[in-house]
Amino acid sequence: MSSESEKPAAEAKPEEKPTPPKPAPKPAAKAEEKPVELPAFEKGISDKLVEKFGDKVEVNFVKEDRIGIKTSRENVHDVAQFIRDDLHYDHAESVSGVDFPADNEIEVVYHLGSYTESSLAKQILTLSTRAPRETNPIPGQDSTKLPSLRDVFYSVEFGEREVFEMLGVFFDGHPDNRRLLLPEDWADLPPLRKDFAIKGR
Amino acid sequence: MTDIMPPGLALKKVDERIMTLNVGPQHPGSGHMRIVVQIDGDYIVACDPDPGYVHRGEEKMAEYRNYITNVPHLERPVIHDSCNVLYPYVLGAEEILGIEVPERAKYVRVICSELNRCIYTMYWLAIYGIFLGHSTMFMWPAGDRELLIDLMEKVSGARVTHAHFIPGGVRNDLPANFEDVCLRQVNYFEKRIKEYAAVFYDNPILISRTRDTGVLSRENAIRYGVTGSVLRASGVDYDLRVKAPYDVYDELDIHTNVMKEGDSYARSRIPWLDMIESCNIIRQALQKMPKSGSVRAKLKPNPKTKGPATVYKRVESGRGSLGCYIVSDGKPEPYRVKMSVPSFRNLLALPNLLIGEKLGNMPSVYWSLNYWPVEADR
Repeated sequence: MSSESEKPAAEAKPEEKPTPPKPAPKPAAKAEEKPVELPAFEKGISDKLVEKFGDKVEVNFVKEDRIGIKTSRENVHDVAQFIRDDLHYDHAESVSGVDFPADNEIEVVYHLGSYTESSLAKQILTLSTRAPRETNPIPGQDSTKLPSLRDVFYSVEFGEREVFEMLGVFFDGHPDNRRLLLPEDWADLPPLRKDFAIKGR
Repeated sequence: MTDIMPPGLALKKVDERIMTLNVGPQHPGSGHMRIVVQIDGDYIVACDPDPGYVHRGEEKMAEYRNYITNVPHLERPVIHDSCNVLYPYVLGAEEILGIEVPERAKYVRVICSELNRCIYTMYWLAIYGIFLGHSTMFMWPAGDRELLIDLMEKVSGARVTHAHFIPGGVRNDLPANFEDVCLRQVNYFEKRIKEYAAVFYDNPILISRTRDTGVLSRENAIRYGVTGSVLRASGVDYDLRVKAPYDVYDELDIHTNVMKEGDSYARSRIPWLDMIESCNIIRQALQKMPKSGSVRAKLKPNPKTKGPATVYKRVESGRGSLGCYIVSDGKPEPYRVKMSVPSFRNLLALPNLLIGEKLGNMPSVYWSLNYWPVEADR
């Protein structure tokens, strides 16, 4: 695929030929993606979650070795507890925050894995949830709040502290919501929000 | 004693017997990281690690550059392990851009990755040696790693920051006659590091300073989600190269080193055993590698993405599992890049290992975590 698109660009640079064929591959690629068979093992895990929680969880994607689950902030604690106790995921690999100013929301993504269950050694379960986003944030004192998963997965402790600092999401129930990485006198916006622009850009 | 108070709460205790001590940054005991400890006499009663000191905003910078131009600066957090720290990002970018990697490039990547693992581990071993007052163990690894640095210099042209892995393969093919030189150097290197056992790992002084200090039980290792040598020293058999192989690791025969003690000695010995295993992997890869063929898929300077997608890829580095979470909104630049790094994850175990230890054992426990300060601080 790459060799086809590369050839005209290399040969015919001055004639500006590569522009017209460019929009063509987009719809073609989308149409091809639909009839893909879902991997059975991963489908089984996501089915268990849907069976237990019904409409409360939304399956984002089921790919080989990866499952994506989305849930609301009211249910995230229950879902996480079910994932730990019944699905045997035992630790969190990372906690990431993603800012979505267009939706006025901040997404927090937990990547969960398992050391003890050998059948899950390859698997990563992506649990995501969203908090409302404030235009003028006061970290810790506005509506950008989520329940903490620290009591379910101990390993999220530093990850949640980092998300609180970098995106201003306060985690209710976290025992230690303090600054971790930034300078002590940081008084600007949380730096990983999209409205924080780096210098010269 | 298993369920210890979180570090922040522990520090609020007030007692006139207890003294608060800032170890670092830029202290022989901590490197460029600050560890706030409270000591009662000679014993540590509370510990609060403060990794933030050189924060450079790697993740934010990645949102302003496209998938190719992100390569040279995303390897900066760990310059001695620059191939591995870039690896998950490259794997993720390949999935987002929809690129197929040539077979030979996968083997070249495995060889470079294992060479870098040894280069990093030798540097770490040198630091570990000097902080325990073992000057020989500072000079030997610092000298012997030059062998492998020379090899990487032949491959990429740079001694530390290679920027060699790119989405679609590797930047350059191996130089002529590389296989022979590499085999010779690696064989000598392996013979050389096996001598370290007599001078360092069997040394009674090292054993007395590391045995039964900072013990991390198997349950706690899983609970804290630690990774890499720290996890395997606590008896958990988990190595991504075996359990979730990427590129061509599933075609190689890899032995996972596991120890049950969970103390500083086991944590410091596992990386050394891993280096010997790395030599085996390099020899296997050199043998199985296709002798000719492309090492790079054709790629435009500003390649197009296949549309909105999220990717999470992980690899096993010298310190543990490195993950990269990339969110793409279909634009040439990534929407968000999050690096999940082993140093940051292993740090969670530090307060719980140090509490109850003598202050004098702090360097041996702290450095046995295979911690690279700049990586945690990104």
